[in-house]
Amino acid sequence: MTTAFPENQQTTVHRPSIRRFILPIAVALTVLFCLAPILWELLTSFKTDDAIAEIPNVYFPGPNQLTLDQYQKLFERRPFLNYLFNSFLVSLASTVLALGIGAPAAYALARLKLQGERIILAGVLIVTLFPPILLFLGLLDIVRYLNLGNNYLSLIIPYTAINLPLTILVMRSFFQQLPKDLEDAARVDGYSTPRMLLDIVLPMTLPALATTGILTFIAAWNEFIFALTFITREDMKTVPVAGAQLGGASPFEIPFGPIAAATVLGTIPLVLLVLIFQRRIVQGLTSGAVKG
Amino acid sequence: MNKKLELVDLRKAYTPTVVPVKDISLSVGAGEFLTLLGPSGCGKSTILRLIAGLEQPSSGKVLLNGQDVSRLSPGDRNIAMVFQSYALYPHMTVYENIASGLKLRKTPSGEVQSRIHEVADFLGLHELMHRKPGQLSGGQRQRVAVARTLVRRPDVFLLDEPLSNLDALLREHVRAELKQLFGSQNTPVVYVTHDQTEAMTLSTRVAVLNNGYLQQLDTPERIYTEPANRFVAGFIGSPQMNFLQVKCEAGRAIVGNSRIPLPLGSNTKEIILGIRPEHVHVAQSSNEPALDGQVFLVENLGMHNLVSVRIVSGEEPITVRALLGMEHRLATNAPVRLAFPPDSINWFDVGTGDRVEATTPSMVRNG
Repeated sequence: MTTAFPENQQTTVHRPSIRRFILPIAVALTVLFCLAPILWELLTSFKTDDAIAEIPNVYFPGPNQLTLDQYQKLFERRPFLNYLFNSFLVSLASTVLALGIGAPAAYALARLKLQGERIILAGVLIVTLFPPILLFLGLLDIVRYLNLGNNYLSLIIPYTAINLPLTILVMRSFFQQLPKDLEDAARVDGYSTPRMLLDIVLPMTLPALATTGILTFIAAWNEFIFALTFITREDMKTVPVAGAQLGGASPFEIPFGPIAAATVLGTIPLVLLVLIFQRRIVQGLTSGAVKG
Repeated sequence: MNKKLELVDLRKAYTPTVVPVKDISLSVGAGEFLTLLGPSGCGKSTILRLIAGLEQPSSGKVLLNGQDVSRLSPGDRNIAMVFQSYALYPHMTVYENIASGLKLRKTPSGEVQSRIHEVADFLGLHELMHRKPGQLSGGQRQRVAVARTLVRRPDVFLLDEPLSNLDALLREHVRAELKQLFGSQNTPVVYVTHDQTEAMTLSTRVAVLNNGYLQQLDTPERIYTEPANRFVAGFIGSPQMNFLQVKCEAGRAIVGNSRIPLPLGSNTKEIILGIRPEHVHVAQSSNEPALDGQVFLVENLGMHNLVSVRIVSGEEPITVRALLGMEHRLATNAPVRLAFPPDSINWFDVGTGDRVEATTPSMVRNG
């Protein structure tokens, strides 16, 4: 019995030190696995054409293999700033609309005792299950009929519609866990319903709005098939379509460099957006409203 | 002007079968502290919400200073409420939280400041004024919630279980604080709780509710000493009152080998005898009414022992619990003879559960 103790102690001392290594290694491997395609694109966008084509692959380019040419080419040959602007405008407009329509709808679904609430929710859920790829041909007819082709609205409206169900579902569950006492307290204090919603409910809703807003924005920013179908004018294209349509000097040349540069430039705004709003999301503004 | 809150035949029905509040009538005057007490689901919180205007009554009226406010929105009734969760606005500072109700009522800013200053003095909130509720402890949040109601100078204060979120030690402290605080206000207070200690210590009157019905509305002392029915008797007091169903003969209840005289004028075959554990004691002499039994459980409560005794006489075994002083060193299975002082016995009707009084029936208090 007595001899067993020091042995035990030794193993317990050793085990955490192994754990100390395993966890960071696992994290590093996971991060690498997730980021590898992006890192590869990033690397490609900074390499010269020769370095891109070289076999075996150049993982660690030398100083003479690095260049900013790919980005320069992108802006010289194409109106890339224009694409960025288009993407930004369409994504922002549909995000604002989705939140503006979805949040009040979610509030009504969460707080009012509506007849047929379950049917409405089931309907909302079913819409999310519907693959958008099946929609675009039908939507094309509508777009033609309404003469919305080559109009930002032809993207803003469907993006808003597609993202509404998610907004409603997420916001509804958020409103449900928002303490109702706060709204009662506001009413006892003398707030009218609109002022209560604006002054009390809205400030507490900001984290949830930021979360769902980011999701909507990303979905709209990355959307490809509608943008490809409804917009044909060069100066109105969005980043994903423009990036995919980058061509080389001949049909046999694939311009890997500019495509990589376009991908990087198309991703940076999203990364920035998430980083900026992340603080909002984590902040958790509701803390301290009630006990806990 | 004397502030007064009256409820007249107040009824709330969600569906024909779900009726949390059934025709409640009561009134609370200036300086009165009324506690609505009852088990969960008895309708006490609904009554408070009806008074506040957060719910509309199905029928009946809420009168504030004699005026019918039943159809007014909560903001238009001059009421203030402390919520169980405090419900402080998390994005506003303490000052803004306290000021919001006054600002919405277009109170001149000078007066807002002086009133808040006064309340902050009263509750010692000055250092907290520019903090957000998230940076406060539970007790501090509670004080801010109280300050928010005091500063409004309402016609009635409504408090919905304001102590239930505090830990036991703090609760006792804040309870005493609340008593002093609202005692000095000369405004009706309606307080909702399921905790009988809070009800007994704070109130000038207690309304015991069950199933949406008012069971008894009385001072804490009378609720304790003269419960109107079996429910009130069992709900108030811890450990719970003992109930024994006993046979009667010629105006006397047969308790074991002894006969205890019934209240004057009652000649039923059976009656329920109610006696609180603290009134049961070990028989000193053989001529007082007593029951023989056997101890089967002794629980040490510090000051007393809570002794459970199985009474052997009679057809069915009955359990009686008694609070006995520590000087009785009773062991399990020890025989014991328990005496029931006739003065401390409450009698209840077997069928209705109502109190059977010794005097004329007009003295029966029942809501």
